[in-house]
Amino acid sequence: MKHPVSSRVGGQVLGLAGELGAAALMLKSAVFWFFKSRLEVRETMKQSVKIGVDSLGVTALTSFFTGMVLALQTGHTSKNLFNEPLYIGTLVAFSMVKELGPVLTSIVVAGRAGAVVTAEIGTMRVTEQIDALYTLGTHPARYLLVPRYIAFLVTLPLLVVLADFIGTIGGFIIATTRLQVPSTVYWDDIFTFMDIADFMHGFLKTFAFAFMIATVSCHKGMTTKGGAEGVGKSTTEAVVTSMVLVMVIDYFISAVLVALGI
Amino acid sequence: MIEIKNLAKNFPGRDVLRDLSCRIEDGDTFSVIGPSGTGKSTFIKCIMRLLKPDAGRILVDGEDIASLDDEFEIARIRRNFGYLFQEGALFDSLTVFENVSFGLRYLTDIPREEYPRIVAEKLSLVGLEKVEHLKPAELSVGMKKRVALARAVAAGPKCILYDEPTTGLDPVTTEMVTDLIVSARDRLKVTSILVTHDVNLALRISSQVAMLDKGVFAAVEPPDRFIKSENPAIKEFLEISNAGHNGCGGQGRPGHAGRPGPGGRH
Repeated sequence: MKHPVSSRVGGQVLGLAGELGAAALMLKSAVFWFFKSRLEVRETMKQSVKIGVDSLGVTALTSFFTGMVLALQTGHTSKNLFNEPLYIGTLVAFSMVKELGPVLTSIVVAGRAGAVVTAEIGTMRVTEQIDALYTLGTHPARYLLVPRYIAFLVTLPLLVVLADFIGTIGGFIIATTRLQVPSTVYWDDIFTFMDIADFMHGFLKTFAFAFMIATVSCHKGMTTKGGAEGVGKSTTEAVVTSMVLVMVIDYFISAVLVALGI
Repeated sequence: MIEIKNLAKNFPGRDVLRDLSCRIEDGDTFSVIGPSGTGKSTFIKCIMRLLKPDAGRILVDGEDIASLDDEFEIARIRRNFGYLFQEGALFDSLTVFENVSFGLRYLTDIPREEYPRIVAEKLSLVGLEKVEHLKPAELSVGMKKRVALARAVAAGPKCILYDEPTTGLDPVTTEMVTDLIVSARDRLKVTSILVTHDVNLALRISSQVAMLDKGVFAAVEPPDRFIKSENPAIKEFLEISNAGHNGCGGQGRPGHAGRPGPGGRH
């Protein structure tokens, strides 16, 4: 007789294995078509605008306020402990560049652009537009997946650089206006203690996040079933999975980079 | 010529197609009828190689396409076919022009400068003009079907596959789509394969009608012999279909309103 708990756990493990297998096959197909066919330049540009340019506003806003609140909290804590705001620039810049810039931007992009990608591909799946691609002589991996992978891998790192910069500016505004930290001190704190390796630590992680978000979003879209309800379900799953995986991957990559001295 | 021998396709827990065989000559209009869920769409998806058959052979001009695995080979075979999807399956993000010219880019070597002329020609074939700049969301259901047919024929296929071309359409649009299928067949000299549960449509325009029942063809006959078939599944399906049509005031009944009756070629 089947045990209900083991049966359920077993079913979920099999389901997860099936999902991973399907995602791996999709990835294999995307890699194959990346090397075997001409790049869909127009589609890649279109996706770069959708994923990158359209996420500029929300990324800028998020990082700006994150930098501001970091400066505010650090300044007040520092004032309470040492009677003056110390190393505000250092803390804001380190936090933004190594962690908050890459992680928050990836979460924002997963929530906004990842959802768009899953919903778009999912809708194409349930309305037979994916089958139509085959009948019109192209492969969905070539026309849909490769451009989206490239768009994520190119635009997310650029967004992160922008988020790092805007977050640091946000911190600068609070540090100089509310905490009365001289601007030279703020920037000196950053440039004295920070070097390119600190920037690379965050920047390199971004490529892993971009790759993961592209894989999850495209896979969930390609495996959508069941009409409009299915599209909604896939989109929610894609966003939640991407956000959780950003956090999980962040820890493991950070651990590796720290071990490597980056 | 398309010859299908002992075609079978299973999905987990269900034998959809068990043993289908038929022969479709060039220029024929071959219709497969049957109730929903009997595997009609699976049948044409196997011919288009959107699905890989589990057994059997599909010979297109003597070449077996059922066993092909190479994506490029399958893509080469698909050049012979145009496919009209049930809902049209137009690409939402592209304009009518981009939709119709889509296949030209991937299926032919025609230079881009020729696209506007070909697109206008194919749109005119389906009775549309000056809609190139519109997006599918701006079109009516009937216009979407027309654009989808223009897209299906744009690259000059030898055979057009129609998946439930009149399902869910009002009587006027059904007439229009029927005329389009006949017009495409006659003007482009293509082979047509339809799957439908619209008996009226199948009997009016087909040279052969096949009834799909429990994974096999209950009969493959010309329309005039098909309607006289003694096969119980066919008799029952025709009776139910006729009762349904009569119940709707006779709309769509075979042979109405100046249209050829059962067995009549349009």
